[in-house]
Amino acid sequence: MKGPQATAVTLTINAVPRTLTIEPRVTLLDAIRDYAGLTGTKKGCDQGTCGACTVMVNGRRIDSCLTLAMMHESDAITTIEGIARGETLQPVQAAFIEHDGFQCGFCTPGQIVSAVAMLAEGHALSEDTVRTQMSGNICRCGCYPHIVDAILEAGKPA
Amino acid sequence: MNPFAFARADSVASALTAVHRTPHAQFIAGGTNILDLMKDDVEHPPILIDINALPLRAIEQRGDQLFIGALARMSDIAAHPLVQSAFPVISIALEESASPQLRNMASIGGNVLQRTRCPYFRDTATPCNKRNPGSGCGAIGGFNRMQAVLGTSDRCIATHASDVAVAFTALDAVVHIAHGSGTRTVPLTEFYREPGTTPQVENALAPGELIVGLAIPELAYGAHSTYVKARDRAQYEFALASAAVALDVQGGTIRAARIALGGVATVPWRARQAEALLAGAPATRASYERAAEAALHGARGQGQNDFKIPLAKRVVVRALEMVSA
Repeated sequence: MKGPQATAVTLTINAVPRTLTIEPRVTLLDAIRDYAGLTGTKKGCDQGTCGACTVMVNGRRIDSCLTLAMMHESDAITTIEGIARGETLQPVQAAFIEHDGFQCGFCTPGQIVSAVAMLAEGHALSEDTVRTQMSGNICRCGCYPHIVDAILEAGKPA
Repeated sequence: MNPFAFARADSVASALTAVHRTPHAQFIAGGTNILDLMKDDVEHPPILIDINALPLRAIEQRGDQLFIGALARMSDIAAHPLVQSAFPVISIALEESASPQLRNMASIGGNVLQRTRCPYFRDTATPCNKRNPGSGCGAIGGFNRMQAVLGTSDRCIATHASDVAVAFTALDAVVHIAHGSGTRTVPLTEFYREPGTTPQVENALAPGELIVGLAIPELAYGAHSTYVKARDRAQYEFALASAAVALDVQGGTIRAARIALGGVATVPWRARQAEALLAGAPATRASYERAAEAALHGARGQGQNDFKIPLAKRVVVRALEMVSA
């Protein structure tokens, strides 16, 4: 999709700076997947409805499909590939496995990144707040009960 | 998306200069509305000017007003102690809007300028007088369950989609606008334009102008305010009907009230007749029901959306009961 207006943009994804040659119209989602090659972040609706493309920008969860890559040159971008610490799973990842928080798995990277950010936001945890605060992530397999259980467990004080 | 050029502005002055340079240039802040519309080919600006570096993120007391910079994000405003204490209706309306991800992205200037969710506006294969003036209205006589019942015309029945603009309208918020030779202010109640014969004209903003912030004047009873939103899902859905209310009750008598409706009108809808009926009335359900009737005075359904009229009345009554409890 390179065109006449493609320019070099340096994005810092999972603490690694990458210089990509992209057009202004490339969304952050497409830059992450198609230019940086990090395909863990998923493209579902591409219109900010499903949350499959959730990433963190400077620690805040956003839908990467509704922002331009060029707008994030000085930001710290975290994708699902940057959530674990080496071979040690992030507690939300471990809890999703423990509670079987997925079926097809397509929404799972977005669910996990969103949940990690949600827990850092410091909401008082209950089933209601998890359902409310995770409303931006749709699961078409309908695994919500297990997703809620996983997030509640991951959010318990250690 | 069609190709476009991209530029960054680092000051209000440079943003205004840049937007004047190219006809049909547009600003981008959060991007959640403009990029969505560009993907659908409803909008096709030749250049986007990124204004995120502009110093317009303050949320602060300025004299007797609460000032919210145009680039403050929905989530930051909702969580701000000044907003939560003085005007809970703003926080609640924001928390009831969109999703957490979108609230982290969307600026308040963009929120109040967001375009309608009318499916005909967003589908370029269908007629729409707002998108393509003179082409007709697909919603009139078409799928109109989500459309407006107040402020409509025979050219357009599209609903205004913002929740927080309804709260701002109830609170007499004032829009601060920068232009080439200075700044001007417009009360939000005069900012929006009902469709009439020109549904493509949605507000008082002239080409090349930039919203720099919103000011909310002090309201002694602002702490007694709330937002009630009825919708098809519990979260992450646009309003079928909503009400922003504030109520000053002393010894069982209402001294003053503010009421605005969302989800049912072509612009955030201030219900001044209902407010006037409540002033001096007893704080009872009967008073609230009279006010709700007045708030929906003149409402006209299109068939599928007739249900919004009784629904909106119940939403008004519930909101008034909640703030007087």
